[in-house]
Amino acid sequence: MTGKPKGSVVVQPDGWSGLRRFTDARIALGRAGSGLPTAAHLAFQAAHAQARDAVHVPLDVPALLADIAAQGWESVAVASAAPDRATYLKRPDLGRRLSADGETRLSEPAAAPDVVLVVADGLSSTAVSANAVAVLAALIPRLAAAGRRIGPIVVATQARVALGDPIGAILQARASVVLVGERPGLSAADSLGLYLTWMPRPGRVDSERNCISNIRSGGTSPDAAAEQAAALLAAMFAEQRSGVALGARVATAAALAAGPPDPA
Amino acid sequence: MSFTHSLAGTTHRFPDLRTLLARASPARSGDALAGLIAESAAERVAAQMALADLPLRHFLNEAVVPYETDEVTRLIVDSHDDAAFAPVAHLTVGEFRDWLLGVADTAALTALAPGLTPEMVAGVSKLMRLQDLIAVAAKTRVVTRFRNTIGLEGRLSTRLQPNHPVDDPRGIAASTLDGLMYGVGDAVIGINPATDSVEAMTALLSMLEELRLRSGAPIQSCVLAHVTTALETMRRGAPVDLVFQSIAGTEAANRAFGISLALLDEAWEAAKSLKRGTVGDNVMYFETGQGSELSSGAHEGVDQQTVEARCYAVARRYRPLLVNTVVGFIGPEYLYDGKQITRAGLEDHFCAKLLGVPMGCDVCYTNHAEADQDDMDALLTLLGVAGCTFIMGVPGADDIMLNYQSTSFHDALYIRQVLGRRPAPEFEAWLAGSGLADELGRLRFDHRAGPLLPALPLPSEEAA
Repeated sequence: MTGKPKGSVVVQPDGWSGLRRFTDARIALGRAGSGLPTAAHLAFQAAHAQARDAVHVPLDVPALLADIAAQGWESVAVASAAPDRATYLKRPDLGRRLSADGETRLSEPAAAPDVVLVVADGLSSTAVSANAVAVLAALIPRLAAAGRRIGPIVVATQARVALGDPIGAILQARASVVLVGERPGLSAADSLGLYLTWMPRPGRVDSERNCISNIRSGGTSPDAAAEQAAALLAAMFAEQRSGVALGARVATAAALAAGPPDPA
Repeated sequence: MSFTHSLAGTTHRFPDLRTLLARASPARSGDALAGLIAESAAERVAAQMALADLPLRHFLNEAVVPYETDEVTRLIVDSHDDAAFAPVAHLTVGEFRDWLLGVADTAALTALAPGLTPEMVAGVSKLMRLQDLIAVAAKTRVVTRFRNTIGLEGRLSTRLQPNHPVDDPRGIAASTLDGLMYGVGDAVIGINPATDSVEAMTALLSMLEELRLRSGAPIQSCVLAHVTTALETMRRGAPVDLVFQSIAGTEAANRAFGISLALLDEAWEAAKSLKRGTVGDNVMYFETGQGSELSSGAHEGVDQQTVEARCYAVARRYRPLLVNTVVGFIGPEYLYDGKQITRAGLEDHFCAKLLGVPMGCDVCYTNHAEADQDDMDALLTLLGVAGCTFIMGVPGADDIMLNYQSTSFHDALYIRQVLGRRPAPEFEAWLAGSGLADELGRLRFDHRAGPLLPALPLPSEEAA
């Protein structure tokens, strides 16, 4: 090798780095012996650290509640039946059920909402902190324009997507919108998912939900996600159903990731 | 039949064979999630002691999933070779462990494979430490062939996995070139398609066929679409080398995958009839992984390691070229951390090899598992010592389509160097003959020297 990369005389570069323009894959990294050059190794470690922190750094609930209050919306914070992160990761079933305290908090007598909005930490607190309020700010005016009543925004921790079902059941909501942190990858740790379910009640299965995924800077924008969600909700209220059975075709960037495309 | 064992004054009872196997299984989160795990460390060892005393013959008389309702059980029972079983027929499970570690040699293990059932090998694996799983697996030899020869002594093959989020041909070509420069791809160039369709599969296979024909490489390609997609793609005349399918260890879990043995039979016959192999006719490629049965609610009360081993009975029916467990992909609710992933990877490799299956491993993890690159290095090295048939090669270990971390082209280079393992002989000869490696087999990392750039849909000036 005659190439002498910046700052190193012991790394052997790969000559085909021009091919990187065709893919985000980690190609042409060069070599140090059979191993990764230090810079490439640390770049990987940094991406993994972002992903790990997205999973494990707890959602800053007080800050999120303050952001919600600053917009003039009401909110209520609940936790799932998973008492800590380790249990949450091992027991998905507990993340789909409310804690006793959470059930109590939601049982205050109130008018049933048309649509309950749930913000769930899921597998990425980073995604929620970065994107949830922006999605709500884009979605709530659209729901108001459609005449939909929304109750307090439910902020849920140690929560899976299906926690929206017992929440919707207690509040007697006709539909739920669950914003949830998606499992982080190395290329993006801040992707938010948005799941919509008609008549959310315990026992709903994934094929009864519609999904908009990869909501983040560089992915689906909050405004585009809100536009798609509002269109899906309009279809759900018209057809009284959701998921793969929903007849109306709504253009979504990541169409119906919760199930196969609707053939109807 | 129920089992009991007394340990330190407490008598532990196990109502049937599947419960005994579950309680004897080393701890993992999936068995806890299923409610099958031993309630204490003492109960687990008591179960292991009871299992050690159990005659191997008992496995021929008690099924863990009913014969009447499960075609995988019927396959296991109906294809059992009693003559091959004879050398160990008089042993208990514990004595079988000693026999495997001691007197068994490569020839004996090869002859024994048709006489073993998945439940027997899963059972004995539960009495083994990692060292035992490695030592016995290292004595096995499973050789398969299509356009090259995989599984020979001193060899370690690699699947080149050049996935792209939207199946962009140039993106896939760029990753493919990167991998071939590192000597990766002798097991298969295997693409997980973003879109499972006949059109996408045909387009990707055509690109890889062009690469093969223009470079002269003795390689096989595969697009890992559903078997029904592969069947239709073959009907339309596309160049299908290997047919892929994810498989499970119960009939119900296979139904959740949209497959049955009859469907796999049909695909196997279709792929063989194309006669595209040059040195052999092993045409199937399967993936498995602990936890998939539980995730579809179809584990039938069997612990995840035992039901995983039943996948290998399905696999071996089709004399596959390649099988691999995707050990850390499924997530922490099934395998929580690096320790559990490591043990599962070595169990799966051991069980498959004992049953005569050409086992590789996708040494991998997701970002919500308690695992990192150190865990992958450890498992990769242990599997290399155990004689693992092949590993994955993903650019920089980062699969940008499936969003998980596997082993990299660098990892393949590392394990081949530290253990002195070489690629499949035909592939090794091609690397040297085409100028990608020198006459001693050392890679040259000169992308302009070989035949690759003109054979891939890449503008040559872009690589400068």
